Amino acid sequence: MLMSPSGDLAVQQRNLIITSTVLMLLIIVPVIALTLLFAWHFRASNKKATYDPDWDHSTILELLIWSAPLLIIIALGAITWVSTHKLDPYRPLDRIAAGRPVPTEARPLTVNVVALDWKWLFIYPEQGIATVNELAAPVDRPISFNITASTVMNSFFIPALAGQIYAMPGMQTTLQAVINRPGEFEGFSANYSGRGFSGMHFTFHGMSEDGFAQWVQKAKASGGDLSRDAYVKLAEPSENEPPRYYATVAPGLYQAILTHCLQPDSPSCMSRMHTKNGGEATGMAGMSMPPTTPH
Amino acid sequence: MSAHPDLAKLIFGRLTLDSLPLHEPIVVITFIGVAIGALAVLGAITYFKLWGYLWREWFTSIDHKKIGIMYMVLGFVMLLRGFADAIMMRAQQAVAFNGSTGYLPPEHYDQIFTAHGVIMIFFVAMPMVTGLMNFVMPLQIGARDVAFPFLNNFSFWMTVAGAMLVMASLFIGEFARTGWLAYPPLSDIASSPDAGVDYYIWALQIAGVGTLLSGINLLVTIVKMRAPGMTMMKMPVFTWTALCTNVLIVAAFPVLTAVLAMLALDRYVGTNFFTTELGGNAMMYVNLIWIWGHPEVYILVLPVFGIYSEVTATFSRKPLFGYASMVYATVVITVLSYLVWLHHFFTMGSGASVNSFFGITTMIISIPTGAKIFNWLFTMYRGRVVFDLPMMWTVAFMITFVIGGMTGVLLAVPPADFSLHNSLFLIAHFHNVIIGGVLFGLFAGIYYWFPKAFGFRLDPFWGKCAFWFWVTGFYFAFMPLYVLGLMGVTRRLNHFSDPSLQIWFQIAAFGAFLILLGIISMLIQIGVSILRREQLRDVTGDPWDGRTLEWSTSSPPPPYNFAFTPRVHDHDAWWMMKKHQYQRPIGGFLPIHMPLNTSTGIILGGLSFVFGFAMIWYMWLVAALSFAALLIVAIAHTFNYHRDYYLPAEEVSRVEALRTELLARHV
Repeated sequence: MLMSPSGDLAVQQRNLIITSTVLMLLIIVPVIALTLLFAWHFRASNKKATYDPDWDHSTILELLIWSAPLLIIIALGAITWVSTHKLDPYRPLDRIAAGRPVPTEARPLTVNVVALDWKWLFIYPEQGIATVNELAAPVDRPISFNITASTVMNSFFIPALAGQIYAMPGMQTTLQAVINRPGEFEGFSANYSGRGFSGMHFTFHGMSEDGFAQWVQKAKASGGDLSRDAYVKLAEPSENEPPRYYATVAPGLYQAILTHCLQPDSPSCMSRMHTKNGGEATGMAGMSMPPTTPH
Repeated sequence: MSAHPDLAKLIFGRLTLDSLPLHEPIVVITFIGVAIGALAVLGAITYFKLWGYLWREWFTSIDHKKIGIMYMVLGFVMLLRGFADAIMMRAQQAVAFNGSTGYLPPEHYDQIFTAHGVIMIFFVAMPMVTGLMNFVMPLQIGARDVAFPFLNNFSFWMTVAGAMLVMASLFIGEFARTGWLAYPPLSDIASSPDAGVDYYIWALQIAGVGTLLSGINLLVTIVKMRAPGMTMMKMPVFTWTALCTNVLIVAAFPVLTAVLAMLALDRYVGTNFFTTELGGNAMMYVNLIWIWGHPEVYILVLPVFGIYSEVTATFSRKPLFGYASMVYATVVITVLSYLVWLHHFFTMGSGASVNSFFGITTMIISIPTGAKIFNWLFTMYRGRVVFDLPMMWTVAFMITFVIGGMTGVLLAVPPADFSLHNSLFLIAHFHNVIIGGVLFGLFAGIYYWFPKAFGFRLDPFWGKCAFWFWVTGFYFAFMPLYVLGLMGVTRRLNHFSDPSLQIWFQIAAFGAFLILLGIISMLIQIGVSILRREQLRDVTGDPWDGRTLEWSTSSPPPPYNFAFTPRVHDHDAWWMMKKHQYQRPIGGFLPIHMPLNTSTGIILGGLSFVFGFAMIWYMWLVAALSFAALLIVAIAHTFNYHRDYYLPAEEVSRVEALRTELLARHV
């Protein structure tokens, strides 16, 4: 639900939607009211209304009709500039909720997200596990998502958590977010990506620290191995995949997906070696990785 | 075929019997319906021996009025197709709940939403806007035709060829399943190997040639062919908006051509402009297509703003309030429309400063747009507002459009867009401005100028039925989508899991049904009006007590438009002429230089269709032959020196005398 979110970023985005709408209604409501009023009052059958057949100019009115929208837009433009910088998905969080700054010792939880045809793969480098179509994070701990895709463009979106960002093959986008309430939230792709797009749903669990640790244990106990071969198999197009877990992940897998370099002799390994993305995004750890823009 | 596989491949390329969608009952039934309808129409034309008439008087005509009308017919026919897609989508989304995946399989549903977008923008809105500009603008500036009459006919047939390719994709092969802008990598050969995206590319490329040439043509016409005395600041506002729109067309459509050409190269010869390999980058496509795509929005809406201006002034019995600021607002929008394209993909990972810049430029556009709304408002102020159909649509527009404008500015706030991007809120927004802005305006324009084109008005009763069905249908169909968008529902889904959403989709489907009744009312209206044309006849040429030059001539105008080129002293030229007791000249006519009809346009359009079809299906032999034929016909046409004639003064006298008599009879 967009309008009753559970993550601080989404809350601020919701508030921004409301503020902007109210600001614009200041001008929209009078315009609609005046339209109806003028259309009614100056109807041809109302002979009592003033008729001024040559009146077509008034400097004061012209100044007013240009400056009224201008003032609204100046206000909204200022809000836009500030909020766009403050809510930039690349910017590390400085608070986990209103009035609660990020604790100094807190390290963000890193999740590497891969949009596949047509399911989501989540790799947890810190925990060494991976999941398909199920995502979990502890409440009030900043999460740092690194997002890419295998073949086509998708958009990674959990409305209750934060706004969306595109998942694009060969490129990485990032999202810094935090979930403030435990619960199960819907996540999906918000950019049409082909036949299986409508089934690209996953559940995002907001959990206590203990619950999250147990969830990781469950994945470790019940899951298989996500080797490179297993990944290649997983990446084959499939639809409406149920959640599944991987207890281990092949080292460097996310980087290999990002650089399209799953087989060392593939041509993209050669070509990607010199690109900016490939150069910056080395090292599996990911946590200290600077956010790379797609540009 | 199997006996000569190589020969079959040479001629038919990858087109085989399997390409016909015989396994899809919906398509087969549609085909049977269309085939019966087409046979009935063709049979009727043959029975009534209308082929010669159509060929001589319409298909080969270089008269801007007839070409304008043909554009409108094309737009209306394609509206029926685009709406059929719309109502199928609404029905699908209303039923695909609780484990049901609806009645449309994904491969069909995905084609439908792609085709709906492509058809509504390129083959409904564009032809109708071009058609109205074609018909009205030369009359408004006191010209006898456009600058390049043959080019006009050629442009029209190229647009038809593009539209026919889209229609062909319904029954031969498939259309793209990529969304209406065909973003790679999804539209790359690896993800979309079949013919759908190729239909998309060639339909738009061929129609795009027509659009670009028509843009140049109308631009030159406005710049060079205005009546003496009509300085720029005395042009009617519709002509001003047409000028700005054609500037946008000439500047924006080459970008579309280039980006689609690069996509075609990626697909046909294996280049890597937009692939994920070898340095290709899909983001370049997204940027380029929106550098065309955002101006395109203003290409559609600016002329329509012009229509509202004409209609509001005429039906308020007052000059337009703030003519100069209206003109400046139009020009400012024209320039700004090039500085906002990135707002279509804030979510692609640009930095905060880039996003803010494009967000704020987008908001700035709402200032001149807001000024326009106020100008129309104060045109009504102290007027005598007559609520004929064009004015009804205009008031409906003013109320509806400001809502769409507001949600548009909201989407321009990047952090808000991160939540609302690609959601049904966005869908509601752009239908709000395209239906509530462009389409309502086109309807206002059609009702306004129909008597000029055909000599009789459209029946007001059925027009009012259509109006109320359309307007209420619009609100029922799209307000629920705003709600769903705010609930976080994304676009292009073919089934849903949350049952609480279903009621909103059902309301939206009901709205689409009301719109269907509106369209049916319009069809009835046209039929009824033709039957009642004698009662609805406009003998004066000026049924609405108009203000601009098109109302000074007869309805329908003679082929030469004006027996004498009018002289203009102020804007609202015809209003001033009436005010100063203008006397229609009844003698002293001179021979008039006129262009001759030519069949080259329709032949080139037909060959382009064959060429496009051949390219789509890899029929290299046919493609090469048809391309060669295109060149030969085009070059041969340049040697045709028999292009014009003089309409004798006696003929002009005869036509004008008939009108004098008609006017005298009805004083």
